Amino acid sequence: MSLTYEDVIAKYEPVLGLEVHVELNTNSKMFCGCSTIFGAEPNTQTCPVCLALPGALPVVNEKAIESTIKIGLALNCSIAPFSRFARKNYFYPDMPKNFQISQYDEPICVNGYVDVEIETDEGPKKFRVEVERVHMEEDTGKSLHVGGATGRIHGAEYSLLDYNRAGIPLVEIVTKIVPGTGKYAPEVAKAYVAELRDILRSLGVSDVKMEQGSLRCDANVSLRLIGAEKLGTRSETKNVNSLRSVERAVRGEMIRHAELLNKGERVVQETRHFQEESGLTRSGRSKEQAEDYRYFPEPDLVPVEPDAKWIEELRAQLPERPSVHRKRLQEEWSVPDKEMAAMINADLLDTVEATVILGSDPTKARSWWLGEISRIANEQNISVKELAITPTDVAEIVALVAKGELTDKLARQVVEGVIAGEGKPAAVISARGIKVVNDDSALMAAIEKACAEQPETAEKVRNGHLPAAGALIGAIMKETKGQADAARVRELLLSFLGQA
Amino acid sequence: MASALAKGEITSVALTQLHLNRIASVDRDVHAFLHIDTEGALAQASAVDAKRAKGEKLSPLAGIPLALKDVLAQKGVPTTCGSKILEGWRPPYDSTVVANLKKNDIVILGKTNMDEFAMGSSTENSAYGPTHNPWDLSRIPGGSGGGSAASLAAFEAPLAIGTDTGGSIRQPAAVTGTVGVKPTYGGVSRYGLVAFSSSLDQAGPCARTVLDTALLHEAIAGHDPRDATSINAPVPQVVAAAKSGDVKGMKIGVVKELNGDGYQPGVRARFEESLELLAKAGAEIVEVSCPNFEYALAAYYLIAPSECSSNLARFDAMRYGLRVGDINGASAEEVMNLTREVGFGREVKRRIILGTYALSSGYYDAYYGSAQKVRTLITQDFTTAFAKADVLVSPTCPTTAFKIGEKSNDPLAMYLNDIATIPVNMAGIGGMSLPSGIADEDGLPVGFQIMSPVMKDERMYLVGAALEAALLSKWGAPILSKVPALGGLA
Amino acid sequence: MSSLSRDEVANLARLARIQMSEEELVSLASEFTVILEAVARVQEVASADVVPTSHPLPLRNVFRPDVTTPSLTPEEALSGAPASEEQRFRVPQILGEEA
Repeated sequence: MSLTYEDVIAKYEPVLGLEVHVELNTNSKMFCGCSTIFGAEPNTQTCPVCLALPGALPVVNEKAIESTIKIGLALNCSIAPFSRFARKNYFYPDMPKNFQISQYDEPICVNGYVDVEIETDEGPKKFRVEVERVHMEEDTGKSLHVGGATGRIHGAEYSLLDYNRAGIPLVEIVTKIVPGTGKYAPEVAKAYVAELRDILRSLGVSDVKMEQGSLRCDANVSLRLIGAEKLGTRSETKNVNSLRSVERAVRGEMIRHAELLNKGERVVQETRHFQEESGLTRSGRSKEQAEDYRYFPEPDLVPVEPDAKWIEELRAQLPERPSVHRKRLQEEWSVPDKEMAAMINADLLDTVEATVILGSDPTKARSWWLGEISRIANEQNISVKELAITPTDVAEIVALVAKGELTDKLARQVVEGVIAGEGKPAAVISARGIKVVNDDSALMAAIEKACAEQPETAEKVRNGHLPAAGALIGAIMKETKGQADAARVRELLLSFLGQA
Repeated sequence: MASALAKGEITSVALTQLHLNRIASVDRDVHAFLHIDTEGALAQASAVDAKRAKGEKLSPLAGIPLALKDVLAQKGVPTTCGSKILEGWRPPYDSTVVANLKKNDIVILGKTNMDEFAMGSSTENSAYGPTHNPWDLSRIPGGSGGGSAASLAAFEAPLAIGTDTGGSIRQPAAVTGTVGVKPTYGGVSRYGLVAFSSSLDQAGPCARTVLDTALLHEAIAGHDPRDATSINAPVPQVVAAAKSGDVKGMKIGVVKELNGDGYQPGVRARFEESLELLAKAGAEIVEVSCPNFEYALAAYYLIAPSECSSNLARFDAMRYGLRVGDINGASAEEVMNLTREVGFGREVKRRIILGTYALSSGYYDAYYGSAQKVRTLITQDFTTAFAKADVLVSPTCPTTAFKIGEKSNDPLAMYLNDIATIPVNMAGIGGMSLPSGIADEDGLPVGFQIMSPVMKDERMYLVGAALEAALLSKWGAPILSKVPALGGLA
Repeated sequence: MSSLSRDEVANLARLARIQMSEEELVSLASEFTVILEAVARVQEVASADVVPTSHPLPLRNVFRPDVTTPSLTPEEALSGAPASEEQRFRVPQILGEEA
């Protein structure tokens, strides 16, 4: 019988650790001048350095250092006055030198923190996730496993290596252990990764697309009995490709650990792979037989000593913090906390903001994106951002409604049309022949017709029974093919029937 | 030769052909070369002749042929590093040293033999058979750059490039009666130099005279943005120093710990004589002490293997080089294991294992970490010594050329060949070896080592030129006039 | 006493991806006894107050600007490959887990 989450948190408390890898968006690779453009033909962006040909030497990309320092500053880290690269030695075909140039005991940024806010039963609560270090390293090549059933490594006959990605700059952000989250561990983990992603995006140092691999998260989870001091054995979960997966992975691991512990079994310290479909993790490499990486200072590179002046220049270039940014928007738009949280949870804040920047009223922008458009996305089982409609489209539609050229009802048709791929709003409007009937005389004609066809209902309204007007309005809307402004119709109808 | 070329008395093609003929005539016995690039060399030579005919301004060494140690990448030409694991590999790029040679229109005759991946002091560790010392074909030419040194002593080439990690240019120079220099670390780019021990490796010039060496030095040295450890400063004025040779007033420091105690008598004798000659030329001989030098060998044999265990990891049969055992569904790991077992020689495997151990967790502090501290102490010793003397000197190595096979079963005995040369690499300073004479007991050449502070390479050439001139006066002929004739004419 | 057992050498050979014969393992183990004793001398002077050197020269902050430079052509990149397919390096089946 499997445990429920409630069972787990009644007895155990989780301890988290999160490692996030960020692919930087520099033009060239970390240690050579090869291009970093995504999607090129295999092995067209390689050179003696990133192929690790005999005799090749690395030289550090200055922009990568800058980006890393900016990341450290944005995470409230201290920038180390002296830092060094180190070789992490292990053999793997996707790593041409069979060592990775990384950083070991002298990382470039240390001791920072990220504050996140989550919704709890007692209302919003802040958590401070401490950041142990931020350091630089290089990405590996990509392997295609051929001959197996699933295209994955198990059962493959051979592999094909493309080294275009080898050497692309990676920044690794490692948290200190995060205790004290209790039952909210999954939410805290998700909120941390989301906040990190927003910060990185605002810095402009990476595309931070989890689905594309430019932001990768490994979640470490361990459990201990509530009140115990000693830490439990942790497992590391990789292949967590979305914010939702972060949450699910943490929750899943907590349950899995609890089930083992309840049975009196041991949690194995190992790497596990998250499975999207099931939300469970599968055992991978056992970390108990961990390779000795034999770190030593990289002799081909010299130490980095960023001077205070350079650091301050970079600090001055930092943009407004996402949390500060969000507070400012909330004030400017006068949005209540709950609705603000809804926008953030739906990951639509930037979309709404883009729409507002194009001139829309914030409330209207919000109500379209979180209302109708989100509804359509849910129906189609995809995310809002995957729909064909853009902030520009929505801003245009909102403007048309404001001008009176569209009613809300008609606007919804336009939105549907844009999403269905019929084109931009103007194209949809002309193709579908959507227009508001503004002409009062035309409306009057329809009103008179409806009243003539429903004399008893009209009589009821004349006698002060206003709700009856609804049936008449319905008929009139039908008559005008929905293109009348319902509010105006009601106004005219009531006036016609002596109830204005 | 350069002036003959400049005057048009001979063409580069003719000069190159002369040397190719010489190689054809003697290299079966000497085995200095692993690859002779006949077509390429003649094409380079012909291109230089064309430029000269057009009246273009050329570098002083333009059109002169050169032998290149097979550890440097030359595009399209086999580069084996003396190992089976790179048999047949043709780099798709030029090392910076080669690019500089080409810029100076120097003609590269071919690639010379070496101890596998530069590990060794006798060239016996080459996977392609040893090189034989032209002075006595049954003896080693030194190592790891025995091929380059032997090619000079056999008159197969007038210039050569070697690399030096613990003495691999200087010790072969000493036992073959030639000149070899390890520039200040960072003075010559390591881009394209197949790495053995990254913090110690340095490519350097070799020739039969100090001046030729200096000319080659200036041709290859300089800052390279592709090498993050290369020095961004003007190349020391070594040619001017070599032409001057004026050592009046210079303080020459004899390192007490390397003064020849326990070395072969002939080596000691020639060393003392050289000191006398330098004193007569106006220098002041002083004694200095570098007490931490006695730990240099131990530290070297921890640092170099550690770095090489990592540098040689890339030879894994996946992207280039030998691949063995890729049959019957063998895994990548199995192919890697087997290829490296078969492709690497004994000494290389020994050092890889030693290095892996020295870096492993739990042992790092005791071995690699401690060795890096010894390095600091050695550097401090040099700093203290250089406060008292402009250059430091010692015999280059304890013995003359030993017989092939004599020390190959005793690694520690082999390592002792480098005892005087290693401290130089540990501190990253410059070191030169030039002939100081012949040992009476065996008629074999002896080398004199000169050490100069960081980026003060010109001092080595100053003192070297002075000694060379004094010795020439004394003997009446260059030392290499005594080398036995091989095959055809010299 | 600094020495390595045959098993320790075997473990190092595994880390270094070299498949050694039994004879090699045993003989290396005995060689190392001598070598390790010799190199262990470094501990005599490596006191805590000595700073280790990892670079012979005091260079710092050597960078290159973030500009792209020409890469090798795929033909050049694959020119040394023992096996290739579809413009990629072909390697035997990898047993270890994806890193």
